[in-house]
Amino acid sequence: MKREKGAFDRLFDVFVYTALSALVIVTLYPLVYVLFASFSEPGEFITHKGFLWRPLGLSFDAYESVIRNPGILIGYRNTFFIVVAGVAVNLVMTALAAYVLSRKNVLWNNAIMFFIVFTMFFSGGLIPLYLIVKGVGLLDSLWSTIVPFAVSTFNLIIMRTSFMGIPDSLEESAKIDGANHATILLRIILPLSMPVIAVMILYYAVDKWNGWFYASIFIKSRDLYPLQLVLREILIANSTDSMTAGADAGDRHQIGETIKYATIVVATAPILFVYPFVQRYFVKGVMIGSLKG
Amino acid sequence: MADARAALGTAKPSGSLAMKRRVVKDFATNKYLYLMIVPVLVYYAVFHYAPMYGALIAFKEYSPMKGILGSDWAGLKHFEDFFNSYYFWRILKNTILISLYTLVFEFPAPIILALLINEVRNKAFKRTAQTITYMPYFISLVVICGIITDFTNSDGVINRFFMLFGYDGQAMLQRPELFRPIYVLSEIWQRIGWESIIYIAALMSVDMEQYEAARMDGASRLKQMFYITLPGIMPTIAIMLILRMGNLMNVGFEKIILLYNPVTYETADVISSFVYRKGLLEFGWSYGSAVGLFNSVINLALLITANWISRRVNNSSLW
Repeated sequence: MKREKGAFDRLFDVFVYTALSALVIVTLYPLVYVLFASFSEPGEFITHKGFLWRPLGLSFDAYESVIRNPGILIGYRNTFFIVVAGVAVNLVMTALAAYVLSRKNVLWNNAIMFFIVFTMFFSGGLIPLYLIVKGVGLLDSLWSTIVPFAVSTFNLIIMRTSFMGIPDSLEESAKIDGANHATILLRIILPLSMPVIAVMILYYAVDKWNGWFYASIFIKSRDLYPLQLVLREILIANSTDSMTAGADAGDRHQIGETIKYATIVVATAPILFVYPFVQRYFVKGVMIGSLKG
Repeated sequence: MADARAALGTAKPSGSLAMKRRVVKDFATNKYLYLMIVPVLVYYAVFHYAPMYGALIAFKEYSPMKGILGSDWAGLKHFEDFFNSYYFWRILKNTILISLYTLVFEFPAPIILALLINEVRNKAFKRTAQTITYMPYFISLVVICGIITDFTNSDGVINRFFMLFGYDGQAMLQRPELFRPIYVLSEIWQRIGWESIIYIAALMSVDMEQYEAARMDGASRLKQMFYITLPGIMPTIAIMLILRMGNLMNVGFEKIILLYNPVTYETADVISSFVYRKGLLEFGWSYGSAVGLFNSVINLALLITANWISRRVNNSSLW
């Protein structure tokens, strides 16, 4: 009887490991395929059908075209600005609001909290937002992807929850020493909240790096396109022409395919390289967030 | 007179007067705090509340020259047009179906993953599996949709794979009947790992003694999973489910507008992608706003209902 149970459990183990391995392969293979394709000889790749188990030949032509492409470079520059300036704005605004709303004995805090949280449940909609952004003169500016999204209410709640967990005694003694709110926030609360700030930076930065929709409706000038909009043209609208100029039609089609994959690698590698090192912070963020449900 | 007495504390101040004094006193002590939050309040007023006011154009014939206030009233015309249009049932059906399919197929996936990961004893394998399955969450939607488009093209690797089983090789995103499966499956691919985190966190709080007791009774690991682990994370599952119900009409339209095309509108077009097309691409400002407002109101109603149910059933609620 005992032996039988053991055998059943071993079978269960086999099932668990098999299922997880299968999931890992299914998750990873598309990314590996993209990587292999990007290094493949364009001519060989275009005639190849089906699965890819290694790069077909070895060619850096696609990467050369991508790096020489001014669009990608401009996209990188704009996205860099959006991420740096955007995350700075996000952090300052979120920290200010979280600090004030985490203070006790402030008469209007409940009302303010309601004013803010209500926006999670009801919105005026896409078109009125567009008209407002247009009205305040942000259209066709990189700031249109920053200012209208200065605070994420969800992140604000996470940060506020974390600030509320800091013991009052620290703040009280600072107050006795004559510290004002700016000092308390900068010298006491923020240094004690580094983990949650790391989480906020990561959440906001990923959001800014990957954002494309609002840029696509607010930004018209091509030299203001963030990376994701450039990518959309290359990947979805299928236009690699700007990178294959000079080649004749046949070559252009050949190299166009591998260029797409090289573009994906160039645009995605930074975030995937950084991610394993900061993974625990993301996980922490989910945990803090879930406490407040 | 009353003020003077109240100030001297010789009489009980009336309610409104006490309130007034509290407000004044509170403002005196907290004025710098209020000053600090002013930028945030301005932000919410301009970019969240002003658009709510701007939604007024749903009841008007908005013309950019006349502005929101100056445009002529249209009453419920745009709503009537929408409800009577051929598209109303189509996009309502698509929104609900895509949502439901996602709920039925994508929602349980991370729960199953968390249960499986919980059974892994080998630490290195566990960590690798987690790191890899979380990864797609960080890849941008544009890249993911680019990969989907490419892989399902007539020469794409997924397409070729199914040709082994007799698929005719037509580009999959050109076939209306395949849009929803592609949407849902890619959702699972991208979100399964990330969404499992919350369940894995919940699993850590399951009482270890229960497993001990079950082992003593000779329960197999499969039984332990069904009778101890799963009930242990039930409250978390319930909360996540209710949150989902509240967002039933909020379909991820950014992904839809990257993947759909006129051929697949009949199965792919949802309310928010319709708003985007009619309002912003075809400049039907008022009509688009009316459809958007309809969606917002339904969302709010769903959320309130879900919250009410949650409070009843689960004793936990969002507010």
